[in-house]
Parts: sequence; structure tokens; C-alpha cells
Amino acid sequence: MRMELIQPFIGSLDAVLAEMMRTPAKIVDLTMEQEGYRRKGLAASVTFKGQIEGRVVLDMEPRAAAQVAAVLSGAEVDPSDSIAREAVCELANMVIGNAVTQLNDRGFHFKVFPPEILSAEQCDAAGQDSEASILCFETPAGSVHLNINMHYHRRRSRERAPVSVG
Amino acid sequence: MKQFEALTRKSDRQPVRYLIVDDSVFARKSLAKMVESFGGQLAGEAGDGFTAITEYARTKPDIVLMDITMPQMEGIEAVERIIAEHPDARIVMVSSVGYQDNILAALQKGARHFVQKPVKPDALYEIIRYVLNDDGVTAPVGAGENSR
Repeated sequence: MRMELIQPFIGSLDAVLAEMMRTPAKIVDLTMEQEGYRRKGLAASVTFKGQIEGRVVLDMEPRAAAQVAAVLSGAEVDPSDSIAREAVCELANMVIGNAVTQLNDRGFHFKVFPPEILSAEQCDAAGQDSEASILCFETPAGSVHLNINMHYHRRRSRERAPVSVG
Repeated sequence: MKQFEALTRKSDRQPVRYLIVDDSVFARKSLAKMVESFGGQLAGEAGDGFTAITEYARTKPDIVLMDITMPQMEGIEAVERIIAEHPDARIVMVSSVGYQDNILAALQKGARHFVQKPVKPDALYEIIRYVLNDDGVTAPVGAGENSR
């Protein structure tokens, strides 16, 4: 796994969680995904295409999602409320958007697609040309997982030229 | 949420009217709350670029807050189409995807400014105030008659 591609996601999640949860978050684990990612709580998925293609899943404990929803809406939110799920979607949009912004400014060109609520229990396993990792953050309201699955197009190097974005 | 000194229109002292465009209901709600704290009025909402075009024509807002990444029609194309029909439209892009190519494309199509998500209310307020003052829609805050 190329850390220069992962680091922006770590930095972005850290910054966005600090802003949206008003509490510090600590990265406690980084593992390589061996099988398909198994959802743990309320999750949203964002796909991106370009020089490197892939998808990122943001997965939050319902209690943590409810806290983000409360900060965004300015009202108490029950973890079982659908607004908590929508908050995860919006948070995923921010985290991945900010990370992809950093990667674009470093010369990696992507197009980002709108976030989607992930309702499946398990995602497909990473393909032969893909690398996948799972980052785990701890917050006072519960754990937050970020599953990053990137596809390198090793066999299609000619297509790795910059693409138009936006 | 912090309350800001109200931005009102110089011509009739009515609240500034906003059109909020974002595919996330949650983001629209969050922005609407900020608009309310700026003393503004929600003229309309849209969840994609197509709807934004029709809503703009229907509501004629003073300013538009426009997301970039949306289904069906993205924000930058919507900016181009709105500006083509309404050259005086004031559009501020509000997106988590803020790389230079995207910002440049939005500005080239006629957007007036860019704010990256997560949105800080103070930053958004200052940008809206700048855009509206620049066009003479509002009087500078603190001029007296605009104060709440």
C-alpha cells in the first residue's frame, strides 16, 4: 500500500472528525483487508475514478454517527434515527472530498461521485490489482472505520495519463 | 448556533434570499440553519443541477450556494447554464472537493467564490457578505441600518 495515497485520508478523517464531533480522534489500528470489508455500524460509500480508481467506506458506530448528526443539525439525535445515517453520508463526502482534493493537488487526478448509503453487510473483496486497508479511529462516542480500496490499473499503464476532472 | 449581524438588501431592507443546492438533505438543512443565523431567507432548495436551474428561474434568489458533486447534473454545469440565462446570478460553490481544477472551472463558468466543506459559518458569512457588498446588494455590515 502506498502510504502517500493513504495519508491524505488519515489526515482528512482526523481533521473532519475533530471539526464535526468537537472531540479528538485517535487512530488505533491499520490493517490490510484480506476478505471483503464487513460493515460494522452505519456506513456510506464513495467511489472515485481517474488515474487510480476505487471506493472508500466510512463506517461509524451509531452513537458516533448520532453525535455528528447532532452537531450538524444543532439538535439531539437518536442513534436509530435515519438522520444519523444521512450524517454518515455527509461526513463521508467531506472526508473523501478533502482527501481527494489533497491528492489532486499532488498530481493524482480523480473524479469523485456522490456518496451512497451502504446497506450491504459485506463488500466485495479487493480485486487482483487492488489494495485495500482498514483504518480504525477511536472517539469518545465510539469507533470509526475507514475502508480504502484502490485499483491501480497496473496492466493498463498507458491509461494512467491525467484525465479531465470535475 | 452563533447569530450574525443580519445581511439585508439595501433596496428594500428585506432579508437576503438564498437558493441552496446540494444532493444531501442533511447538507441543505445544515446550510439553511447557517443562512437563518445570517438573517437570511430560504428562497428554495434543489438536490441536483437540473432542479437548480428551474428553481433559480422560479425563485430569483439573491445568492445561490451550490454543491459540485451531485447526481444527474453536477454543480459546475449548472453554474454555466444559470449564468447563460441569468448573467447577474451570484453563485458561491460549497463543496468538499476543492482541488484547483474544480475551483478554476467553477470560476470560469461564472461562480463568484468557493467554500470548502466542512463549512465554517464565519467563513461562509464573510464570503457571502463580500459577494453581496461587491454587487451593492447589501450595505456593509455595521453601517447602522442593517443591524438587527
